[in-house]
Amino acid sequence: MTFFIETVLSGLMAGVMYSLVALGFVLIFKASGIFNFAQGVMCLFAALTFVGIMEKTGVPWPVSFVLTVGVMVALAWVIERFVLSHLVNQEPIILFMATIGLAYFLEGFGDLLWGSDVKVLNIGLPSGASDWMLDSFDIYVEKLEVVAAVTAALLVTVLAVFFQKTRVGRALRAVADDHQAALSVGISLRSIWVIVWSVAGIVALVAGIMWGSKSGVQFSLSLIALKALPVLILGGFTSIPGAIVGGLIIGVGEKVAEIYVGPMVGGAIENWFAYMLALAFLLVRPQGLFGERIIERV
Amino acid sequence: MNAHVQPQPVPGSGIARGDVLLQVDNVSLSFGGVKAITNISFDIRKGEIRAIIGPNGAGKTSMLNVINGFYHPQEGTITWRGEKRRKMKPYEAASQGIARTFQNVALFRGMTTLDNIMTGRGLKMKKSFFWQCLHWGPALTEEIEHRRRVEEIIDFLEIQAIRKTPVGRLPYGLQKRVELARALAMEPDLLLLDEPMAGMNLEEKEDMSRFILDVNQQFGTTIALIEHDMGVVMDLSDRVVVLDYGRKIADGPPEEVQANQDVIDAYLGVPHG
Repeated sequence: MTFFIETVLSGLMAGVMYSLVALGFVLIFKASGIFNFAQGVMCLFAALTFVGIMEKTGVPWPVSFVLTVGVMVALAWVIERFVLSHLVNQEPIILFMATIGLAYFLEGFGDLLWGSDVKVLNIGLPSGASDWMLDSFDIYVEKLEVVAAVTAALLVTVLAVFFQKTRVGRALRAVADDHQAALSVGISLRSIWVIVWSVAGIVALVAGIMWGSKSGVQFSLSLIALKALPVLILGGFTSIPGAIVGGLIIGVGEKVAEIYVGPMVGGAIENWFAYMLALAFLLVRPQGLFGERIIERV
Repeated sequence: MNAHVQPQPVPGSGIARGDVLLQVDNVSLSFGGVKAITNISFDIRKGEIRAIIGPNGAGKTSMLNVINGFYHPQEGTITWRGEKRRKMKPYEAASQGIARTFQNVALFRGMTTLDNIMTGRGLKMKKSFFWQCLHWGPALTEEIEHRRRVEEIIDFLEIQAIRKTPVGRLPYGLQKRVELARALAMEPDLLLLDEPMAGMNLEEKEDMSRFILDVNQQFGTTIALIEHDMGVVMDLSDRVVVLDYGRKIADGPPEEVQANQDVIDAYLGVPHG
């Protein structure tokens, strides 16, 4: 039983990490209907910048964090100014292609700025097993994963308040629903896009730091974006709670399947289980668990 | 009458009722080789209900799009409150007091009626983002004040029952009403209504007509509307401008326009016989 709880817990924690990445996708998709292929690379770029600034200047990590946030906001502005503003009213597929280009550009740009060697990210996040859990319940839990879970919870709370309660949040939801109507009530599309890409950049930074602390800042960080895909399909592309629940389901599903079903089919299920689950889900509920139901009035 | 009611400050101050609020001069608009509007001039006076009519494809909606900044005419000028307008973005037009509704309802479908109407207050909310995130202090006071105004509009349009309903689920007639509410929340000087009664049944049309008249009379809002229902147009409007194939063919009070031979030919149909 303890082993099962351990499996589920470690799945939940891993799921939180997926959710962090998926969140960035949801934000941009919600506000602009763009599937941002570059989200994974943005995680990499943010983490690289974060570590790079610390290495080059020796500033403590909170300073570097603030500076990196500045870089991500500037990046959002540049993306809006030089990419998106030229593609207003284009087909989603064209915007999608643009984000693919953006992904390659950012990858190269990050390398150019900070070099391509694997960087160690250590900002003093706790590592190893939680003694307390081990002593009192005999359950093994990574401290870092607990920190990631708490961070994700905080981030989601802040985002939820931001979206539901503020004027800017309301404007973001408005833009997501109808561009033309949003313009007519006096919302500026351009500033909304800069805001939403900035927020996505900051979320990418947090996700990048968490993943970077776990496995070092390296190119493979940008590939975790692929793990976010099944999470999005499960949770729905437009739902923040969906990204969280989807992440948890995928995380737990993967671990449980690996350990209890894996041996029956020769193991290594973990790598493809998420995609199978997503595929099955697409057949049953294409809009995801929390996605907006597609209402077509004819 | 309640003696405590203060006279409302006239929106768009500086311009008296009956003066020209918006002047369109020799405006032409084309898309590639297609001329949508050719050399149109007319004005909208403060406090009136101005109808723009014409057969399908006459350029009515294009005209509204020019006024609220969706389209930029290649030729001609627009004078708004006595000032020649430079090329402006829709959100700038909105901040200068022009609100509109759309021919095909353009609402934020995932949001509730209340939230939809609150977006109309966006330009009027000034408190800093920081306070809004806390949802406390001055921002809360401000939010409550705006909520109060929104509730007034909800009462006015009799949509209390659907306050918390996501608008995507509402029937078409109510969606149109929510859209009007959102535009009203902006407290506009000029309200542009693009076929506010399209697709409505008789009862809904009567309700909407009453609301439009009430808005005009109680709030003193200037209204420009496009409508196909001739009865409605004749009842509601003070003056009518008639477009056909992107040109203006008549302009005047409803009775006069109704009697105009060009209008009868172009719009009401050439009599056979």
